Amino acid sequence: MNEHSAGTSSPDQATAPDTEHRRELLRTMVLIRRFEETCAELYSAARIRGFVHLCVGEEAVAAGVMAALGPDDAVLSTYREHGHALARGLTLNSLMAEMFGKQTGCSGGRGGSMHLFDKSHRFVGGNAIVAAGLPLAVGLALADKLQNRDRVTVCFFGEGAAAEGEFHEALNLAALWRLPVLFCCENNLYAMGTSIAKEHAASDLALRAESYGLSAWPVDGMDVLAVERSAVRAVEAIRGGGGPHFLELRTFRFRAHSMYDPDRYREKVEIEQWKERDPIDALVKTMKAAGQIDDAGLAAMRSEVADAVAAAVDTAEQAPFEPVENLTRFVTSEAGTGEDRP
Amino acid sequence: MASFTMPSLGADMEEGTLLEWLVRPGDVVSRGDIVAVVDTAKAAIEVETFLAGVVSELLVEPGTTVSVGTPLATIEPADADAAAAPAEPEPTPEPESVPEPAPEPSPEPGPAPVAAVRSPLVRRLGEQLGVDLAQVQGTGPGGQVTRDDVTRAAAQSPAQSPAQSPAQSPAQAPASAQVSPRATVPAAAGVRATPYARRLAAEHGLDLAAVPHAAGRPISAEDVRAAHEAAAGVIGSVQGQAAEPAEHVAEPAPEPVSVPASGAAQSDKMRAAIAGLMARSKREIPHYYLSSTVDMTRATEWLREANRNRSIGERLVPAALVCKATALAATEVPELNGYWGEDGFEASSQVNLGMAVSLRGGGLVTPALLDASAVGVEDLMAQLKDLVNRARRGRLRGRELTEGTLTITNLGEQGVESVYGVIFPPQVALVGVGRIAERPWAVDGLLGVRPLTTVTLSADHRASDAMTGARFLARIDHHLQHPEEL
Amino acid sequence: MNDTLVETTYREALRAAIRQAMLEDERVYLMGEDVGDYGGCFAVSLGLLEEFGPERIRDTPLSESAFVGAGIGSAIGGMRPIVEIMTVNFSLLALDQIMNTAASLLHMSGGQFNVPLVIRMTTGGGRQLAAQHSHSLEGWYAHIPGLRILAPATLEDARGMLLTALKDPDPVLIFEHGSLYNMKGVLAADAGAVDIDRAVVRREGTDVTLITYGGTLGTTLEAADLLAADGISAEVIDLRTLRPLDDETFIGSVRRTHRAVVVDEGWRSGSLSAEISARIMEQALYDLDAPVERVCSAEVPLPYPKHLEDAALPQSATIAEAARRTMSPEQG
Repeated sequence: MNEHSAGTSSPDQATAPDTEHRRELLRTMVLIRRFEETCAELYSAARIRGFVHLCVGEEAVAAGVMAALGPDDAVLSTYREHGHALARGLTLNSLMAEMFGKQTGCSGGRGGSMHLFDKSHRFVGGNAIVAAGLPLAVGLALADKLQNRDRVTVCFFGEGAAAEGEFHEALNLAALWRLPVLFCCENNLYAMGTSIAKEHAASDLALRAESYGLSAWPVDGMDVLAVERSAVRAVEAIRGGGGPHFLELRTFRFRAHSMYDPDRYREKVEIEQWKERDPIDALVKTMKAAGQIDDAGLAAMRSEVADAVAAAVDTAEQAPFEPVENLTRFVTSEAGTGEDRP
Repeated sequence: MASFTMPSLGADMEEGTLLEWLVRPGDVVSRGDIVAVVDTAKAAIEVETFLAGVVSELLVEPGTTVSVGTPLATIEPADADAAAAPAEPEPTPEPESVPEPAPEPSPEPGPAPVAAVRSPLVRRLGEQLGVDLAQVQGTGPGGQVTRDDVTRAAAQSPAQSPAQSPAQSPAQAPASAQVSPRATVPAAAGVRATPYARRLAAEHGLDLAAVPHAAGRPISAEDVRAAHEAAAGVIGSVQGQAAEPAEHVAEPAPEPVSVPASGAAQSDKMRAAIAGLMARSKREIPHYYLSSTVDMTRATEWLREANRNRSIGERLVPAALVCKATALAATEVPELNGYWGEDGFEASSQVNLGMAVSLRGGGLVTPALLDASAVGVEDLMAQLKDLVNRARRGRLRGRELTEGTLTITNLGEQGVESVYGVIFPPQVALVGVGRIAERPWAVDGLLGVRPLTTVTLSADHRASDAMTGARFLARIDHHLQHPEEL
Repeated sequence: MNDTLVETTYREALRAAIRQAMLEDERVYLMGEDVGDYGGCFAVSLGLLEEFGPERIRDTPLSESAFVGAGIGSAIGGMRPIVEIMTVNFSLLALDQIMNTAASLLHMSGGQFNVPLVIRMTTGGGRQLAAQHSHSLEGWYAHIPGLRILAPATLEDARGMLLTALKDPDPVLIFEHGSLYNMKGVLAADAGAVDIDRAVVRREGTDVTLITYGGTLGTTLEAADLLAADGISAEVIDLRTLRPLDDETFIGSVRRTHRAVVVDEGWRSGSLSAEISARIMEQALYDLDAPVERVCSAEVPLPYPKHLEDAALPQSATIAEAARRTMSPEQG
């Protein structure tokens, strides 16, 4: 509800509510939600397999942060990255095909749910090693700095990653070298099944980041407009030479850690309370109050999104698998793909 | 009507147990509603429906375990939500078939090349079980003989086990360059050779068991080379006599025999094997040679009478008489019928008369007429024809190739007058028969023209002396003078 | 071709290579612990900070995982980083980034993100540095698809491998044996890039093939001298590239000599020597006139005192002994 960003960000009323932009944010969140629910359905029917981590409930983080980025910026994500990928603009078809392991998937089917990549969107992956993306983000930002490019690298990770050594090493390095990195900590309170209280003696992660010399603050991760405002402010500061920034985005996943779990580690009432703060409902409420959408418009949007996702499922199912003879491709670069050594 | 099915709730879930229904028939459900509790192997999980509508029927009782995809309930879809619902999932739980690599082309059913036994382990097993690997039909890739093949062969032919083959030493020699197990009674138990040495020995047609080497060390390539060089000078002196590697004929050859293409390579191998065996024989066996001229008058007269009422196909030939005479002589002079082994000469109770048979594709085989002394001439004739026929078609039996006790070679048809042959180790004697030719011959002081042949004996001086050999030739002569008794 | 020879050391050859690479390509930079002000733990980068400045000769905190990961990230971002890790033992702190990111990214992304990164590190024992600075773990790295593993054992390779490695579109790890930095010799004044694909015959022979790489090349050549005194002609193969292995060269040699000794400073169990031995069995069993011998380090964490360390490491006498065994193998 409240973000600590008071001071620089303006309240909604002060800026003219941009209907189109808000409809975009809403559609992104509705799309992510529908995509995730469809994944759950497909998984239940055993049509897609493996580990699948859904981000239902966390849509505002993905939609809000991506809205602050330009096409040259880079994004690193985690294994719970369907939402990030969709919000970043990776095509629905390429993502759904990747769920099915098809050749037309964004990673050629090799990655699956946890490893979505798209070079054209500078989307450097779903990384399934917790905290391993942070050093990579530092490196991408270092490359930009050494080449005098005005780019920002955004790195998503969960609060669980804050216990990893690489979190500390990477924050220190980024601050030390004042690199253009936006660290986005999606604090959904549970590292798989371990609550933040059981994992961190000092649980104020923004404060922790600040202690390494980064500008850091917590944000209401259920409010897409608040997320966007904080992200815009941080990205602008980074582009202005303000060094790395850190957002602690407080959010919650409504579903299990990976597809299904018995949720033994959290109370049903806690989940219900967070569901009352559903980020989609929250934005709809704001937009309705501002006369920016009505029930019919919302139904039409949901219907259009449902059709698009259903079409993507059909397309993915009909897409070809990579031939088995290509199994060992891409272990090393192929002739012509490397820049220097043939 | 749509089905609510047992969901897949994890990457490793194949089935689940329905613990509890949270809805009843008639209940209205929306997409995402929790409708049941399912126990996976890991936990009890509340499961949702992705269908909206009215629960029509519960198909599965709580407590039932069913596989993923099994319908648990039917739901009457609600129109309202239908527009928003994605295409109903097909009831195909598994993804479409992954394109599989093209199957390996199955081997052509053409002539099966005789696969060399190359695995050191299989060779060792063969040694331990006393199985002649050359006789084993390989079932492995490319016809390779596998360990199973060897154990199966050992179980099937106890006659080949060392215990029941007194002539063979308990640990049979490696079979690489082997012509037949009989022919390669090893010089020492537990002979070992390096893989390279084995390969070289095979290439040079040398019998590894006969390769001299330092005690306590495996035979090395150097040992094989030395043996090969030592043998090279001897092979050239092999006189009108050769052996045939059993492995080339023990395998059923495809019909008809195709000599030209595969024959060349095979005859090279055969030649190498013959070279190895003969060199070993000349290196190890101190031969002595005797010859005797036999008047075949009575034999040919007897044959003429015997054949008078026979069709061409049934006619007896002189060779049958010579064979029978030799087999009988061998029972009378047992010092020449048997094997030379580690413990010296060991006579055989039965005469298995090896017949040198030349093959159309080149080379020779020496299958044996088993228990030849016990068979009448007519039967012997039939067996002889059968043996030659099968030898040339590659249809010989293992025992015929491995259990010869004495060999006879007849080059009379080729116009040769006398044959001084090289003994097949571990046999100790070889009988040579030349052509039957009419020559001037004095009998009882009168010179006449008579059909004569020269019968020779090559014998192992370790096993017998010339006196014994002379007695043996005399017995052959005697029997040929009394064909009616044969 | 310039015939001029210059006196140099392995260390200087490495430095000359880094310098040349930095002069030729602005994207190249060196990063690691104490590469700048200190001049490099083993003085390889001494003087480069003064020449190229702190942006390109970049000291890092003691954060192996972070700076290796940053190297990977900057490689994806268009740079050509040379990351120096002080010793192979410390590289384990970055193993996750090397294995799970650098080696996997290209495949995992369906060919989209290659990682043109070079990591240099010191390996090996022989300097009484005890159990956390002395091991030879390059065999572990050679297990990983997606990496190229180099072991320069000569001045030419110290001078030339890095330059070629920097042209590789994929991650390359260079293992510099700690005992080699002071190795002196002469090098062509115009020495430069060398191939990083093939093993080479360092000494020709006919009786037995000694297969080695890196720090034990010298020891193995000494063993060949000992053998020559006995009339045994040993061929010495320097593998140079540990992944992908150049089977053709060492198998070809074994086919000629029919005997092989693999010398590997790594531990024997599950080692590179085991891999090479297996390949000889697979490809040249019927050329072998003796069992393959291996000379590896004793299976202990390396001890400090010299007599124990010497006993643990491959020595020329033990290599020669193994070679002699292949000449007259005992009954197995």
